[in-house]
Amino acid sequence: MAEAAAVGAHEHHHGPQGILKYIWSTDHKIIAMQYLFTGMFMAVIGGFMAYVFRMQLAFPGLPVPGYGVVSPGEYNALVTNHGTIMIFWVAMPVLIAAFGNFLIPLMIGADDMVFPRINRLSYQVFLISAILILVSLFVEGGGFGGAWTAYPPLSSVSDYNLTKLGSSIWLVAVALEFVAFLLGGINFIVTLMNARAPGMKAYDIPVVVWMIVIASILFMLSVGPLIAGAVMLLFDQTLGTGFYDPTRGGDPILWQHLFWFFGHPEVYVVLLPALGITAEIITTFSRKKLFGYKIVIFTAVATGVLSFFVWAHHQFIAGIDPRMANIFTVTTLLISVPIAELCFVYIATLYGGSIRLTTPMLWALAFIGEFLIGGVTGIFLGASGADIYFHDTYFVLAHFHYTFFPIAIIGTFAAFTYWFPKMFGKMMNDTLGKIHFWGTIIPFNFIFIPLFVLGLGGQHRRIYNYQNFPELAEMQPLRVLATGALIVMLVFQFVFFWNMFKSWRSGEKAGKNPWKANTLEWTTDSPPPHGNWPADDMPKVYRGPYEYSVPGRDDDYWPQNIPG
Amino acid sequence: MSTDAAVMQFEVRPEPGPGKKLLPDGVMGMVIFVFTEVMLFAGLISAHTIVRSRAAGEMWPPYGQPRLPLEETAINTAALLLSAVVIFFAQRAFRRGVGSARWTFLASIVLGIFFVASQGMEWAALLGEGLTMQSSAYGGFFYLIVGTHALHAVAAMLGMVWAWLRMSKGTLTQSQFSTVQVFWYFVVLVWPVLYWKVYL
Repeated sequence: MAEAAAVGAHEHHHGPQGILKYIWSTDHKIIAMQYLFTGMFMAVIGGFMAYVFRMQLAFPGLPVPGYGVVSPGEYNALVTNHGTIMIFWVAMPVLIAAFGNFLIPLMIGADDMVFPRINRLSYQVFLISAILILVSLFVEGGGFGGAWTAYPPLSSVSDYNLTKLGSSIWLVAVALEFVAFLLGGINFIVTLMNARAPGMKAYDIPVVVWMIVIASILFMLSVGPLIAGAVMLLFDQTLGTGFYDPTRGGDPILWQHLFWFFGHPEVYVVLLPALGITAEIITTFSRKKLFGYKIVIFTAVATGVLSFFVWAHHQFIAGIDPRMANIFTVTTLLISVPIAELCFVYIATLYGGSIRLTTPMLWALAFIGEFLIGGVTGIFLGASGADIYFHDTYFVLAHFHYTFFPIAIIGTFAAFTYWFPKMFGKMMNDTLGKIHFWGTIIPFNFIFIPLFVLGLGGQHRRIYNYQNFPELAEMQPLRVLATGALIVMLVFQFVFFWNMFKSWRSGEKAGKNPWKANTLEWTTDSPPPHGNWPADDMPKVYRGPYEYSVPGRDDDYWPQNIPG
Repeated sequence: MSTDAAVMQFEVRPEPGPGKKLLPDGVMGMVIFVFTEVMLFAGLISAHTIVRSRAAGEMWPPYGQPRLPLEETAINTAALLLSAVVIFFAQRAFRRGVGSARWTFLASIVLGIFFVASQGMEWAALLGEGLTMQSSAYGGFFYLIVGTHALHAVAAMLGMVWAWLRMSKGTLTQSQFSTVQVFWYFVVLVWPVLYWKVYL
């Protein structure tokens, strides 16, 4: 494998040319772009799905413009694949794979990943998985509609889910996606451990790199049991085994344990990179040192460890022992402590800083505020008593959208607007950026706050048409409000795409370091060349990444690579 | 006070030298991969334990299902463990550049192939006695867990044959050998746990 690395480095100079350069490249920046744009494409599809099923809920039975009439089976397939795509094909590829690939080598002063060819393979497997999940929507019987959690027996028995082919392809696509991130994760961890710039000690590593690598470790440690479970589910679907069939000695709850043992750490797998991105942006735009750098790292590790002991809070009403539920209530409430602490640390970083409200900074601040709502509502769900009422209602749905939307959408926009100058060498338009920001954040709250109210009113998830429930039907105006807000939010995304396209074509040229930030990626050209720095002038590190406004210095920043 | 702190904190560091690597890249990557594999087998084994404990009071293996061949598999297990010992000496010989490393390494591979082959014969016999993946949860877990291990063993064999061919040509590096070796240690050491949980 060391040889693989050597050959990979070799390819930088004699690699494929022309368009092939972009689809067969081992350069970490190109692979990052591939992940980023594939993720964005999937986000558009996931967003369109949300539009279709929200329209069905607001105006049941009417044809949806741009789609047509939604059948119950299609509705189930849409909500299932919306969830699957947004988590596995948007949040993970963009936050971890795209920004991890782009930032890790640049921020630690390496010329590329340690295993460039494994990196390329990772994207190719990911691309195949993305194509498969899209194909699964159009096969005979339609796409899988048994929810993204795929509980058996609904997922394992084709007489129940009526999508024999669709559910198997869905499962294979998810499994391939895991393989892709496994390959990527090994690369991230080894690269951070073995390829840091001379002088970069453990506590000189930027927080976002720490976070992405801790997230990769969490992923690597949690994905094994799910792969085991997925193989068993696939065998139940295709070979006629009975792992989840209680009449044949199997156990359907077993899947829930295996799924959530992965599924809950997965939340932190995507949360930690978003927290890391926020840390970079907040320090840069408040011109202050990060409050408690080591505390942040230790807290992230502690959160990661705890996240392996909370999974059964998804199963409080699945028939698990109430004594076990009590234990998981305690661990679940405990895990809110480190996350709350990180929010305080970020606020403490802002305190007394000279804050600049640029577009990335607005996104970063919005991340903290909106994620807080998601965290606070989680406390009700983590308490096993309250969860009996809340389980599987729109309260849960609104809660996890208040966590995942800040992570996957706000966090991504924060990172994208912050590193856009480095990725493309141009500045983004700040006015358009702010229009897009407010046009996303305000409707976002108008979508999900009504859904909290609906959930408290007893509205259950995954129901095609609430008109058949008299006491739920009268809350229809709230559903229409949420759908209207969603459409407004989706329309404002065109501002983003316009801004991205226009800035890329004719934006103001960005210098090496437009934000006057300290970390190493700002010491090379924008966009960085192959190999990131000239081979004879690789950066060396002399200090930590957040030395802003150091007393006695003329500049209010002090890049990591400047000696003395 | 604050200036003092600042001065202390920003003491000029000496000119940094090149960093040290804890392990070579390939070996490090394989070690991390092995952690994922350990969790995969932990998932399989805990699933098996849960289903088996639900069958408490009933017979395990279920009535009418064949018993697993304990003694033959114990011999296989011994062969596998011996292979791990042999590859340890092969690695030491290879590091010192001794020519006999090739033959020691080959002995380790042969022991591994013996394990895979006799497991295959065991499967054929069990299938003949009516133990299939569909016949019971017992059969399902047996083939799932032992089959997953067999896949790993075959993959390791392919890797070791590849390494042996490179060693014969003289192009094998220490790091490549260690990478294959780490994976083989994993395959060997996870087996006694599987034998204990599945067979006994």
